Amino acid sequence: MAAIEAEKLRRTYRQTSGFVRRRTKTIEAVRGIDFEVNEGELFGLLGPNGAGKTTTIKMLVTLLIPTSGAARVLGHDVVHSARTVRRNIGYVFGGDRGAYERLSGLDNLRYFSELYGVPPKVQKRRIPELLELVGLMGREKERVEGYSRGMKQRLHIARGLLHDPPVVVLDEPTIGLDPVGARELRNTIAELAQAGKTVLLTTHYMYEADALCDRIAVIAEGEIVAEGTPTALKSVVADRTVVEIEAYGLPAGALERVRASPGVTSVSVEEREHVQLLLVQAPKGLELTQQLLGCLGDVRVGRVAAREPTLEDAYVSLVTGS
Amino acid sequence: MKALRLVAIGWLFQMKMLSRSSFDGLLGILWPLFFATTAFFMFRTSHDSRALLYAALGSSVMGIWSSTSVAASSALQRERWYGTLEAIVGTPAHFSLVLIPITLAMSTVGIYSMAATLLWGRFLFGIGVHIVHPLLFVIAVPTTVLAIGLLGFLLSVTVVRYRTAWALGNALEYPVWLVCGFLVPLSLFPDWVRPISWALAPTWGVRAIRQAALGGAPLWPVAACIGLAALYGIAGTLLVDTVLRSARRTATLSLT
Repeated sequence: MAAIEAEKLRRTYRQTSGFVRRRTKTIEAVRGIDFEVNEGELFGLLGPNGAGKTTTIKMLVTLLIPTSGAARVLGHDVVHSARTVRRNIGYVFGGDRGAYERLSGLDNLRYFSELYGVPPKVQKRRIPELLELVGLMGREKERVEGYSRGMKQRLHIARGLLHDPPVVVLDEPTIGLDPVGARELRNTIAELAQAGKTVLLTTHYMYEADALCDRIAVIAEGEIVAEGTPTALKSVVADRTVVEIEAYGLPAGALERVRASPGVTSVSVEEREHVQLLLVQAPKGLELTQQLLGCLGDVRVGRVAAREPTLEDAYVSLVTGS
Repeated sequence: MKALRLVAIGWLFQMKMLSRSSFDGLLGILWPLFFATTAFFMFRTSHDSRALLYAALGSSVMGIWSSTSVAASSALQRERWYGTLEAIVGTPAHFSLVLIPITLAMSTVGIYSMAATLLWGRFLFGIGVHIVHPLLFVIAVPTTVLAIGLLGFLLSVTVVRYRTAWALGNALEYPVWLVCGFLVPLSLFPDWVRPISWALAPTWGVRAIRQAALGGAPLWPVAACIGLAALYGIAGTLLVDTVLRSARRTATLSLT
């Protein structure tokens, strides 16, 4: 049996505007997606901002009712058996909101233990274990408002595990964390999977998905555009090469010229402090460097290099449909 | 048993949270004293010690109602600001067992308002506190607190669905002072106001407290208070599932 199942899962939001003449607009956040997460699997839901990741997660953890379609957690329907689903799932928020800031981390964990129906005897053992797991032991009596972002995120993880759920859902848990904090958190997530939990992780960090996930579904504009292991997804662009060009101030129209250049399959730009990094995908073996530099005109160019495609390149290719 | 434990722990948790803000604490101390002072100045022209005690008791229940009506609604709004509303809805606990301790904690703070009002009246205005039926007074006070807490619970259910419904608590604060007869006898109001007053537990609560203190038959008002409290509790519990379902359908839980 799959631990998580989504069948034609769809969710729309209605937005109204105007005062006298009310106008209603329907936004399709999730457009009938299907996926399954097996027991004990670490599954990644990967997509850009606004792709529908959080909406999907919120339907699975019973905070939103699907517009149509169905979702089950360990065979329990998320609409009709919401309470049973909540007993079996741990939801870990992303970001630093979601805790009682004026109280201590320990107070937060005690209160949520009660809400999850954890017996007092079990709480006495479980809370110190979790504090140890997330590295908050010794800081648990301090007010949450004095915690760093990383500490708050680790408190969310401890809270999501209080009732020892077989399924854990983490919504962009490393967002806004410093590199060291993010790496520690990734280690904790890997430990959860090693302990036999089914983990569903949403992220838009490729290296995170690549390092942690057994399988990944790429979601874009509310639809799953690809699903498979990180290696299988990388194979989507295995027949390509990536040319990286550092440009100092791309002129208007240059990007369009590169995009229209013969042989180019995909173009993206990463903004870095004073430089723009142009990432051009093209079929392997095709020599495009001179042609691309010609498209850029007089712009000052820094490093130019060709490399093998990564999962991130596969992701760019999938979400842009190129 | 588990439900009772959850309510008790939730109450303790809310009390702890209330104790963490010194500014709120200061306001909580001063606010009932303003009510009491206003009431004493209104009634002291009569030079009747019973009238002054009548006013003192009325203003003390005013304090309980104000802290519950305003604070209970805003407490739930605070859950939205903290981002904890989704976290608590996502737990398997019945949501009414989360809401009731919030409003009961606010009503409990209101008990201070009763003690402060009576002591303020005793030491500053020389109002003697002679209770005719002490045992019934001791029963009437917690019954009133419980009933007001459950009325606050019924109000706060709406805040789960409508994020601006916290203003309802503020809007109802002063009308309830009047229609429940905290300061002015109900006989002064038009007849059509009476059914509204009867449907509100604070009307019976203040009547029970006054009759226990000044003499009368407080048992009937206590019984009415208990009956209405049970009704609010049942109505709120039934309503909370519908309201939560609606909030999950319209995606309003995460909105601030």
